[in-house]
Amino acid sequence: MLYKQIIELVSHGTCVKCKENTAVLIIRVGDAFCRSCFKEYFVHKFRAMLGKNRVIFPGEKVLLTVSGGAASSSMLAQVQEGLGRDAPKKLRFIPAIIYIDEGGVCGQDPEKREETVAQLETIFRKTGFPYHIISLEQVFSLPSSVLEPVPGGARHPGGDYKAAVDQYIQQSKLKQKRGEASVEEAQDSLTRLNIYSPPSPEHTQTLQRLFSTLKTLTGFSDSRYGDVVVVRPMRDYSSKEITFYNRLFGVESVFTPSLDTKAPDKASIQRLTESFIIKLQADFPSTVSTIYRTSEKLHTASSPQNSSAELSAKCLLCLCAADTKAEEASAFQATLLSERLSVGKAQSDPAHSNPASSNPASSNPAGSCCQEQGCGAGGCCSTSRIPAPTDLKTLLCYSCRLTIKDMVTQMKEEIGEFLLDEDEDAE
Amino acid sequence: MPVQCSSCGQNRAALKRPKTGHSLCRSCFFWAFEEEVHHTIVSGRLFSRGETVGIGASGGKDSTVLAHVLKVLNERYDYGLKLLLLSVDEGITGYRDDSLETVKRNQQQYDLPLKIVSYEELYGWTMDAIVKQVGLKNNCTFCGVFRRQALDRGAMMLNVDKICTGHNADDVAETVLMNVLRGDIARLRRCTAISTASDGEGAIPRCKPLKYAYEKEIVLYAYFKKLDYFSTECIYSPNAYRGHARTFLKDLEAVRPSAIMDVIHSGENLSVREGVKMPVQGTCSRCGYISSQALGLPKLGIGKHHRLHGKILAQQPLTQEEERKLKAVDF
Repeated sequence: MLYKQIIELVSHGTCVKCKENTAVLIIRVGDAFCRSCFKEYFVHKFRAMLGKNRVIFPGEKVLLTVSGGAASSSMLAQVQEGLGRDAPKKLRFIPAIIYIDEGGVCGQDPEKREETVAQLETIFRKTGFPYHIISLEQVFSLPSSVLEPVPGGARHPGGDYKAAVDQYIQQSKLKQKRGEASVEEAQDSLTRLNIYSPPSPEHTQTLQRLFSTLKTLTGFSDSRYGDVVVVRPMRDYSSKEITFYNRLFGVESVFTPSLDTKAPDKASIQRLTESFIIKLQADFPSTVSTIYRTSEKLHTASSPQNSSAELSAKCLLCLCAADTKAEEASAFQATLLSERLSVGKAQSDPAHSNPASSNPASSNPAGSCCQEQGCGAGGCCSTSRIPAPTDLKTLLCYSCRLTIKDMVTQMKEEIGEFLLDEDEDAE
Repeated sequence: MPVQCSSCGQNRAALKRPKTGHSLCRSCFFWAFEEEVHHTIVSGRLFSRGETVGIGASGGKDSTVLAHVLKVLNERYDYGLKLLLLSVDEGITGYRDDSLETVKRNQQQYDLPLKIVSYEELYGWTMDAIVKQVGLKNNCTFCGVFRRQALDRGAMMLNVDKICTGHNADDVAETVLMNVLRGDIARLRRCTAISTASDGEGAIPRCKPLKYAYEKEIVLYAYFKKLDYFSTECIYSPNAYRGHARTFLKDLEAVRPSAIMDVIHSGENLSVREGVKMPVQGTCSRCGYISSQALGLPKLGIGKHHRLHGKILAQQPLTQEEERKLKAVDF
């Protein structure tokens, strides 16, 4: 739409809905709304999302993960209003708030962290809902008995909450193998399952995680954790709508930096995807909605319909369907082949595919395996066995394998100068 | 300290594989590359003994490498195939006429028969003329449709059983990304297939033996083998939508080199949910060739309509000028 037309519409135009009041903003490609119609539209969308999908029932406990950012604050405001006494068709569930302080991961200054937490506490108190504030590091003090993703939800502080659960507490306990890497991994998961962040990045995640776990990660509801369901009611909103709403109706939000903040474009795939989509959207305004609609129509070849091998076919890390049946003619096959051929003639030692061992040529299991990361998952192996880590890889889906591989490469880089082993090309 | 080849452990490494990061010497690289293509061919069951295979040859690096590798593998593993080169002249000055010279040289170098078909002779239009008419956007659409037919016609003239093209991993990954961005579900489903289905009149099955070969590795191969190829991009391509997907993919590759294969993996593992409406492949009402519409008129861009589309469907009389433009091919 021409800039001139937009100005005209907003300054002289009337709301396309009520056709009476003056329009104050434009959403989507050309819909001008007045203040009250916009509010109606916004609120209606929220209710419709919850109502249509029927995941939350009256009386249930719902945990709201609030990052303090625009989208989650908006969501909080919606819940508040929806539960308010004078709301028509009141929402009827029991909410509680959780805020996860990631300042430790981002290297935030402790004072700043405290300040942010204090600001948020003020906001939370005003809502009157019970709230919990925990820091990501606390993940590591969870009892080790929670190593298995047992459906039952008792591990969560506060009991059996359904919906909007802090998913990476569960994620992280699965990864209590390596300190930093776990946190990074957890952070990775957080970004991937970024429930209440502005939808544009969410769509970038759509693109980036592409198809294998598309439906699960960006769909409305996510039931990977057994009876604790993750719900994303804000996914239909564009960041523009959220920003406008917050501004017009005074929703408070607190900016909290994440790992991505101020990172250069090439820092991570998430950042890259985000900036790509945003740039593309500028030239082709229907990009985000097209991707969104496309993702709705797709799922993985190996998902829902396959009920027989369900349990074993889930990735250990992200709990999405495992997609690594190396079929005859597939990209996965080709990748494995390339690896084999590139190290082919000299080494026929399968131990080189061991992701955890820093000494790939060695097939000596004695003592070396228990220091590495893999033993947490399957129970500690005895020193007489070949290290368990080789098996771990087979329990992961394609993308989690890549993540682990990157982690190991990064580790190796860090300690590179201390390695005397000349065999640098094995992994 | 010189790095040893990680494959044979004896020679000095001459390059680092973009695909896996391993350092390899020249011969191990050639071997790995050729083996991978061989594996793609065998596991995908692309060819059968005794078939005549037309290699889509543009003179560019992909088709040159494809021709070379196919020839090598045909002999090494005794595929028993009859190979020939098929080239399309779209009529783009400064680009196609130059690359065709390269193809003619390839013909000499690989000692393979060559057939050139041109848009001018088949349709009476060159791409230059089309671009003058249509403008600088959306011309890839026309070229793509014409090229497909042109390849098929050429192949039929030579009794070819299969056509193979030099599409590489980067191309396939870009296509996957592009189709997501444009919401083209039908193409999304098909684009990762290694060979096309062989139903439909006049459609010769085609395949992509280089589907899992990285573009960078193709260049490395051509460079080290000192193959002769033409390395300029089509002059109309900068404005193509594909360019966006390409840039993105290149950036992704810089962050994580396996990204290209990962995208293809995703594309392969994808399926459409039940109940989603899919376009049906039909045939042209006039000539019977494969077509997505009853009368093959392109739907340009996202939502634009050809000016004459409605008129034609309503069977309204066209002016002589318009008729000339839509002249169907007689054969």
